[in-house]
Amino acid sequence: MTAIENGAGEWRRLSTRMLLIHPVQELLRAWPLLLGLVVAGSAGGHGSWWSLIATGLVILGGLLRWFTTTYRVTAEQVQVRKGLLRRQVLTVPRDRIRTVDVTAHALHRSLGLAKVEIGTGRTDRKNDGVKLDAMNAAEAARLREELLHRADTGAPAASAVRAAELPRETLLARMRPEWLRYGPFTLTGFVTVGVVAGVVWRSLNEAHVDPRRIGALSALVDRFQRTPLAVDVLVVVVALLVVVAVASTLGYLLAFHGFRLTRNSAGTLHVTRGLITTRSITIEERRLRGVEFSEPLLLRAVGAARCIAITTGLRVGRGAERGGSLLLPPAPRPEALRVAGAVLRNDAPFTAPLTGHGPRATRRRFSRALGVTLLVLAATLALWGLGAVPAWTWEAAIAPVPLAALVAADRAHALGHTVLNGTLVSRRGSLVRRRNVLSCEGIIGWNLRRSFFQRRSGLATLVATTAAGRQRVEVQDVPLKEALRVAEEALPGLLTPFLER
Amino acid sequence: MESTEVRLRPPRELVSAKAIGYWTVRALAGWLIVVAAQVIWLINDGGHAAWHVAGLILTGVLGAAHVIVMPQWRFRVHRWEVTSEAVYTQSGWFDQERRIAPISRIQTVDSERGPVERLFGLANVTVTTASAAGPLKIHGLDQETAERLVERLTEGTAADRTDAT
Repeated sequence: MTAIENGAGEWRRLSTRMLLIHPVQELLRAWPLLLGLVVAGSAGGHGSWWSLIATGLVILGGLLRWFTTTYRVTAEQVQVRKGLLRRQVLTVPRDRIRTVDVTAHALHRSLGLAKVEIGTGRTDRKNDGVKLDAMNAAEAARLREELLHRADTGAPAASAVRAAELPRETLLARMRPEWLRYGPFTLTGFVTVGVVAGVVWRSLNEAHVDPRRIGALSALVDRFQRTPLAVDVLVVVVALLVVVAVASTLGYLLAFHGFRLTRNSAGTLHVTRGLITTRSITIEERRLRGVEFSEPLLLRAVGAARCIAITTGLRVGRGAERGGSLLLPPAPRPEALRVAGAVLRNDAPFTAPLTGHGPRATRRRFSRALGVTLLVLAATLALWGLGAVPAWTWEAAIAPVPLAALVAADRAHALGHTVLNGTLVSRRGSLVRRRNVLSCEGIIGWNLRRSFFQRRSGLATLVATTAAGRQRVEVQDVPLKEALRVAEEALPGLLTPFLER
Repeated sequence: MESTEVRLRPPRELVSAKAIGYWTVRALAGWLIVVAAQVIWLINDGGHAAWHVAGLILTGVLGAAHVIVMPQWRFRVHRWEVTSEAVYTQSGWFDQERRIAPISRIQTVDSERGPVERLFGLANVTVTTASAAGPLKIHGLDQETAERLVERLTEGTAADRTDAT
């Protein structure tokens, strides 16, 4: 069919241009160590030689990676051989391939290369599938197409059908520049600031630099010591907020610039995005079990939401990108609703009114939120009465009480569920409000959880177990009778033998 | 209050009564470790003897209550049932959970026996599905029942060769 089929069975090397990239990557990875060597050496005398040798070794290691890595794609499997001292052969059967991600970092892009990661969809192992770092960008795209959109068994009839429907990418969503305004509200900047602080701290440590000896920093500390504490706190908080907002916006731009979600008629969803590092992620629709419509508090306040795929074989990661299962970055709510509906080809579950969980569930949310905060308040008051702690401790313990009440009210308001158009819909949460829409076919079984206090108030938490996404969808604190009704409606027959009237 | 209409009855089969002894021993061992830690602290600390004694008494009362109440309570809760269509378990004591999975979705059936469980002639059976959230564990079965159960479940699942995700 294509070059890949023609070259079947041959062991091939990665792009020769990687001879330029590998050494630079290794250097980047090893720079704190090298910096440490340089600084340590400048005190000792021979250090510059050591750091030169270390640098040379690192570069050599990078070059060797190209010589030791080969791969081949046969009709049945993809194989990668790698390693200098420990030779490894990784084999992935082609019918087990679930995801093919194509990533290109800045260095890769400058040389027209792309990295290919082939995933087998096993969520229980960290090192799953193989990485090909890197090949010609055009070849990477072709390989992805070849591995995922193969017609089954390649029968001639099937290829004829494929040829007939060639214009087969339909655009579901693309990023608009005005979405950038949601950037500051994503708070990914907190992570960025944390990572940057961590790197700076680590390199200072490696280089044995005492931060107190840096002139500008100690001058700053001196100034803070002369101003009142309240002003300092205000300045630091405002500065931090500005930095986080800017970093979050930059992060949004870097991750989601040029975002496109398309549907391929061969049965895949395809996400491409990224400003400097471009990523291209393919999700098999056959593996899609639902969509999570997620509204973190701050985004909800400015009318934005995002969509995450609930799919088997794709772990839901942390961070803005959700480990590649993100279907739509923070976008206006109506747009997010449209995209979620379009992905599932089922609009109603995202907009339909939900059945609330009633006053007992509300009471439970309040007693849980207020219980802890009031207990802390009582404990600090008691300790203050005994003279063990100063008065500001219980004064400070008052502040969380109204906040907890607000969150409890919001959480109680969020609770809701329904079974609609062959999907189980459940909404919960305040700080991150999620409406999970899970296809009933994706439900494996039920866990019906009842704590002591839930039993007393006639409530239960119904958990639909699934092989996709977070492995579960919870209908929290629902009246028991309603939980049974939902379970029977979503998976008719499973509970029937165990029901009594 | 909720027994007016439809009710989800508990699973039919009880676990082995020998499990009560096992749970008692296990809980007792846990509390003895706590007591031992407290005694070591008391010896090394020197002062505050009154506080230490109060702590020990509190541990003793809580431990005794737990060791006496928990195994009986747990024995009343832990139940299981296997039909031709589904596996149904109930576990816990203070907090309880019922799990139901269709036979057609079962992926693995394991049975496991710890050293202390062997002394009591007990075994656990774990039934997993494709979801990491839903393994069904039946604790405290007597060994013979566990073996028969595993055999029956493996027969049932071997017939079904679909993906089960």
